[in-house]
Amino acid sequence: MKPFDYVRPATVTEAVAAAAQPGAVYLAAGTNLLDLMKGGVSRPDRLVDVAHLDGLDAIETLADGSLRIGALVSNADLAHDAEFARAYPAVAEALLSGASAQLRNAATVGGNLLQRTRCGYFYDTASRCNKREAGSGCDARDGENRSHAVLGWSESCIATHPSDFCVPLVALDAVVEIEGRNGRREIALDALHCLPGNTPERDSALEPGDLIVAVRLPPAARGFATHARYLKVRERTSYAFAVVSAAAALRIENGKIAEARLALGGVAAKPWRARAAEDVLKGVAPTADAFQEAAWRALTDAKPSGDNAFKIELARRIVVRALTLAAAGTPARIPALPASPFASTSGAIHA
Amino acid sequence: MNHSISLTVNGARRDFVLDDPRVTLLDLLRERLHLTGTKKGCDRGQCGACTILVDGKRINSCLALAISHDGADILTIEGVARGDQLHPVQAAFIAHDGFQCGFCTPGQIMSAIGMMQEAQAGNDPERIRECMSGNLCRCGAYAGIVDAVLEAQAGMDETNQRRSA
Repeated sequence: MKPFDYVRPATVTEAVAAAAQPGAVYLAAGTNLLDLMKGGVSRPDRLVDVAHLDGLDAIETLADGSLRIGALVSNADLAHDAEFARAYPAVAEALLSGASAQLRNAATVGGNLLQRTRCGYFYDTASRCNKREAGSGCDARDGENRSHAVLGWSESCIATHPSDFCVPLVALDAVVEIEGRNGRREIALDALHCLPGNTPERDSALEPGDLIVAVRLPPAARGFATHARYLKVRERTSYAFAVVSAAAALRIENGKIAEARLALGGVAAKPWRARAAEDVLKGVAPTADAFQEAAWRALTDAKPSGDNAFKIELARRIVVRALTLAAAGTPARIPALPASPFASTSGAIHA
Repeated sequence: MNHSISLTVNGARRDFVLDDPRVTLLDLLRERLHLTGTKKGCDRGQCGACTILVDGKRINSCLALAISHDGADILTIEGVARGDQLHPVQAAFIAHDGFQCGFCTPGQIMSAIGMMQEAQAGNDPERIRECMSGNLCRCGAYAGIVDAVLEAQAGMDETNQRRSA
């Protein structure tokens, strides 16, 4: 690991000033950053430790019914917050399907959003990677790429964003609160992560010094609590990143879908909101045919970036299954194997 | 630049001067305190051999910078027995052959203790497997590990019932 300076700012303002310097990065729990630094993938000159800043670790309901989650709340604390899990069950299930219990205890909300891709060529410093080193090339294009993107990729980069948490969040219109050099601003989570285009070295819309201080779920996000699921296909049933995942949330009134939300994970460089699929579900009965149609709409623009054409059909089937499970109703308890399509106990009704 | 930190490790206060901020909690425990029960397996947060409790919660000590944990309360495998009396999870691992080579065992035991405190798995073997998935065992002693955790959990439930009776 390259040597670095360590600073621990006392306030958010001090943190932003320190992190705006070239070569500086934020440290929260460090579960992704230290791994990247040990591998020489990330080589910061200075760590700005924000793990101890006051006021960033609260989960609070605001007067308008929004929920505000501080950026330093741990993944485990959020998932196990009973009120949170009741109001946003697909988000809790997604959190519990990610990483291991040890990592969830440490990893933070803000860190989860900003974790880097797990593309093997990004991690391997002997390989060419446009994300790690702009303009160096992409060895994933002709390499082992069955897990890579099928939506929104470019010739420069076919990496995916690995977060589970972000998938239901983007479906529920989550908003990211950012403190920067020019003060506080907010953007939709859907606008936080960048598609690669010709600049895959840029993961997000954040500017130097920008610090995510909170994630907010708008009041309408609560309306899906009774019909929401997150489903994730992995190479093994626990402690693995998604090959493909989907978050489905429905608001059902008088037997018809009043509003649908759908997002996919593991398919693109960002959590992939499928608005065209949502549109065809609005106002129709929650039937298998409607879900099939939605699945086709969600993957209309998908194309393989390598040996991964199977992910497109897999994604369609996961969309249908997630919508079917959401329509059947959120189970009273999160299944023993969170988000698993192979769950054998409690609640998960198989499509 | 030197940084001073203090930790409580297995109940005792320990002060350190760090001349390099790169030191992880894992390396601090092993190389400065010679508490080598906590193992360095992958050193990248994938195997769980380095699991310790920090302020009561299990984490991977290989991915935690010591400098960021000033003031933390740390429990390692060396701190769970009371003298010659093994912790119930340790005793259950022996009773159920929850190991073969033993390298992953301190991490497995610390993870199991952390998991029981989290109270998310109860006595459901499927939940235990899911909640212990961050600890790899290359000898494949998983069946014994799950049985050991089930027994330790049952013992804890019984103790709690007696206390509340």
